[in-house]
Parts: sequence; C-alpha cells; structure tokens
Amino acid sequence: MNTDSLVVRSPTGVDVALAIAGPGSRSYAFIIDWHIRLLLALTWFAVAAFLQTGFSFLKVKSMTTVGVISLGPALAIYFFYHPLVEVAMRGRTPGKRTAGVRIVNRQGGTPSTLALLIRNAFRLIDSLPALYAVGLCTTIFSAQRVRLGDLAAGTLLVHDGGEEAKALAQLGSLSLNPTVDAATVALGNDLLLRWRDLQPSVRRQLGRELLARIATAAGTPYQPVTMDALDDRELERRLRRALSGGPT
Amino acid sequence: MMPSTRTPSWLAQRSAVWSRLGAALLTWRRGRLSRQDALQALDGYRGLARDVASARKALPGSSITLALETLYASLHNIVNREPRHTLASLRHLYAVEIPATVQELKPALLGVWLLFALSVGAGWWLIHTWPTLVNLVASPDMIQHVEHGELWTDGILNVTPSSLLSVRIFTNNIVVTLFACAAGIFYGLGTFYVIANNGLMLGAVFAFTRQHGLDGDLLKFIFAHGTVELSMICLGGAAGVALGESLIRPKLPSRRDSLQQCTARIARLFAALIPLLVICGLIEGFVSPDPAIGWPVRFVIGLANLALMYAVLTGRFFRSGAAA
Repeated sequence: MNTDSLVVRSPTGVDVALAIAGPGSRSYAFIIDWHIRLLLALTWFAVAAFLQTGFSFLKVKSMTTVGVISLGPALAIYFFYHPLVEVAMRGRTPGKRTAGVRIVNRQGGTPSTLALLIRNAFRLIDSLPALYAVGLCTTIFSAQRVRLGDLAAGTLLVHDGGEEAKALAQLGSLSLNPTVDAATVALGNDLLLRWRDLQPSVRRQLGRELLARIATAAGTPYQPVTMDALDDRELERRLRRALSGGPT
Repeated sequence: MMPSTRTPSWLAQRSAVWSRLGAALLTWRRGRLSRQDALQALDGYRGLARDVASARKALPGSSITLALETLYASLHNIVNREPRHTLASLRHLYAVEIPATVQELKPALLGVWLLFALSVGAGWWLIHTWPTLVNLVASPDMIQHVEHGELWTDGILNVTPSSLLSVRIFTNNIVVTLFACAAGIFYGLGTFYVIANNGLMLGAVFAFTRQHGLDGDLLKFIFAHGTVELSMICLGGAAGVALGESLIRPKLPSRRDSLQQCTARIARLFAALIPLLVICGLIEGFVSPDPAIGWPVRFVIGLANLALMYAVLTGRFFRSGAAA
C-alpha cells in the first residue's frame, strides 16, 4: 500500500491520486484550531462576564447566572468547535485550511456528517492519556497516517494546499499550439510558469533556445541577433505567442 | 522521456473549458449544487477524466498534467460529496435504522447487563466484607456526608442550581457513554473496564449507604433517572463490544473495513442515546435532588422515562411518521 497517497478508482476509469497528510501537517492544523477555539471561548467568557457584571441595567444579581451565561457557551465553543466547524466547512477548519489539509472519505469525496461526528467522538480515545498521545502514535505508525477516529469513520487527511488555485491559474494561462510537438509545448509552459523564479540570464537563454526550436518546427525564419536584443518581458511575450500558435 | 508527438488539437481547444470549469468549481465548493450545476459538474468531470488520461499520455509529468490532475481531484471531491441528512432520512434513522441496530446489539447488550450486574454484586460484596475499602470508590466528602447520616446529594440544590446541575450531569453521562462505546476499539477490553468500573462503584456505594441506613434514600434519589441512564450506558457498552468484535472477528476482508462498517452502523445509536441522556440529566437536576418530590411521583417519572426509552429504541415513537 502506498503510504504517501490515496489512489481512488474513479467510475470514469481514470484514477485520482490524493497526497496524504502526515503527523506534521495534522499537528500544525490542530495547534492553530486549538488556539482559535481557546481564544473564542475566552473572548465569550470575558465579554459575557463583563457585560453582566459591568452594566447595572442588565440587573444580573446572581453570580450563578453570570457563571452559567459566561461559562456554558464558552465550554460549548471549546468542546464543539471541531464537530461543528468540520461539518459546516465540509471537512475543513480554519486550522486545516492554513495547514493546507482537508478531510476526505476513502473515495476521496467530502465525508458525510455522520462520519465527521464519529471522527470527533473518537477524540475521547485519541486524546488519551494526555496531549493526544494515542492519536499521535497511531498517526505516526499507521499506514495512511490516520488516528483512531479516522479509522472508525473511514476518513483521512489529504493535502489541499495552494495547488488548486495554482492549477487553476496555470490552466487559465496555458498555451497549446497544436502545430508544435507536445514535448516543446510542455517545456514552454513549464518555462513560462517558472519564468519569474529563474535567474534572468538562465530564463533568457532558455527562452531563446525554445523560440528557435519552435521557429524551426514551424519552418519560419529565426533571427538570433534580434532575439539577443530582446528584454525579459518581450521575450516572455513572444514565447507565449509562439506557444499559442502566433509568429515567433 | 516525453514522446515527440504533436499536441492534440482538441487538447488545445479544451483549455477554455478548463478555465470555465475551474471558475465554476470555486462556486460549487461553497454551497449546495442546483440540479443544473450537478449535471454540469458530472459532465465536466467526465470530460476532464478524458483530458487527464490524454495529458498523462501526451505530456507525462508536465505541469499541465499536474494542474489537470489537481483540477480533476477537486472535481472528484465535489462529485462524490455525500448528501446531507434531510428530514426524511432523519425519520428513517429513528424509525428503522436505530431499532434495527438495537435488535442487532441485543446479545451484546445482554452480556453487558450481566457484566454490570456482576460488577454491582462484586462491589456490594467488597464493601460489605471490607468496609474500609470504600475509600477506593467514594470521595472523602461523600463518605463524610454518609457517616453523618445524609446523602451527599442532600441540599445540593442550595449549592448548584438545577439548570447547571442538569447540564453538568448530562454532559458527564454523554461522555461516559461515548467513552464506554469508543473504548471498545481496544478489542472490547476498554468497554469491559468502563462497565465493570461503573457497576463496581454503584454496588460499593449501595453497600456503604446500607451500612448507614441510607440505601433507601439512595434508591429514591436514583430511581427516576437511573434506570434509563444506566440502560443507556450499557447500550453504549454493547456498542463498544460490537466494535471490539468487529476487530476480533472481522466480517469484511480487512479489520479496518470491518471496524469502519461497524462504527458507521452503531454511531447512529447516539442519535437516540444523547437526547435520552439529556432527559435523564434534566430529571437528575430538577427531580431527583428535590426533597419535596415523593416516591409516587418519582416512580411515575421513572416508568414514563423507561417507556419513552423503549418507544425510542424500538422505533414506535417515529414509525407513523416514517410510514407517512
């Protein structure tokens, strides 16, 4: 079994591979969520207590009432944060989003409400004896990096970082010239995607070489002298145009 | 190495479709999909599957293929999203699924009740034989109260209001029941420990109060809520036994799948257990500690609570609604 990715057989016949998140991403997400719920609970407690004791027009006389109104919801926020937020955000939480992970079922889809609730009920066991020791150990040693709650609910955590946004941006700016061979198109698009990350001298050289290759393939004359004089931006523009089927 | 073939022209034409699909994906992810959106998503998913397959062949390992695979995975997530529970499925849950699960758990429930009864007997015998051992099961405060001829629950309403007491009690009971069930993941042994421990404590406390002539008062205190509360904990325990059994004797090829299937089945029980435990908590907070409420009222409330539990667990309470 591949421990790094979940390969799901899709009804279309084309497999879907999802990268499984390890204990590091899980702990990172948990720590962020823990701080969020702690801060929310403390904020509620402080604001509710202040409003009730600080404003005489509210006429709250009993300290028990103050305790119930301040403490009850604060505890509810703290203990029900995960189940409620995971259900509402379909397997995500602010912490998971920041850590770039999300919960999926074994088919790679969004888990059901029941599965998310089961997963959270098992926190009682995963948090034993303290500091999520059981959960952390099972995450480290289990094949698909799952804790007992995930095992029981049939869920797992997969990476869901900025890849999607990046992929969408990439697909939006693709240049697919049908007259150029596939390898050159792939290479050209890769170069354009990494253009800003490469050293100027390297990208200029690669850009010129690629333009020459496209020109040769298209049977159009290539002028190296003119190309040498082009600045970065113009070279990038020409490369994009050439990959889209325009003149070099 | 990449094959030196020309970029398929239709792949080039598809880039506009991918952009549209990507934009729609962001909207689909946020909310509920309309029928038209769902059809569009399915259509896009099938089309994208073809594109991914082609890109894997024509441009293996390229950023284009990776980007398409990411988009495909995101769309797969949307297409495979499980439906949310509707009112009809809730009715079905209470009228059909929960009663079926309870029926299935009957042998385990019987075993757990037996273990509980034996533990109560053991606790009773232990404290009856060696009274000093009560320190192991009761807090010094409880012991002191009983030795002074009163239950630790007497006058509790002067310290804590009924509402707060109820919340504290039902939260604790829900946690205990959940724990009794989830502890079954340790091949059922965790559940045995939780149930035996609870039984042992109950028997021991009864024996201790009997020594001070307070056992009748204790029974009066727990009757209204205790019958259902203990039944719920035992039912949680039976669910834990089923979890353990799914690991010891898996019904599916792998233990993981077996555990998963069993958990999904028994988790539905908690949709009945939790409301019933909340009712028990309310009774324990408002009725049980109130000295003004006599035996007859407590008896009626206790029986009514038992009847409610029976109606919920057998599905009688909801059957007419489901049939409609």
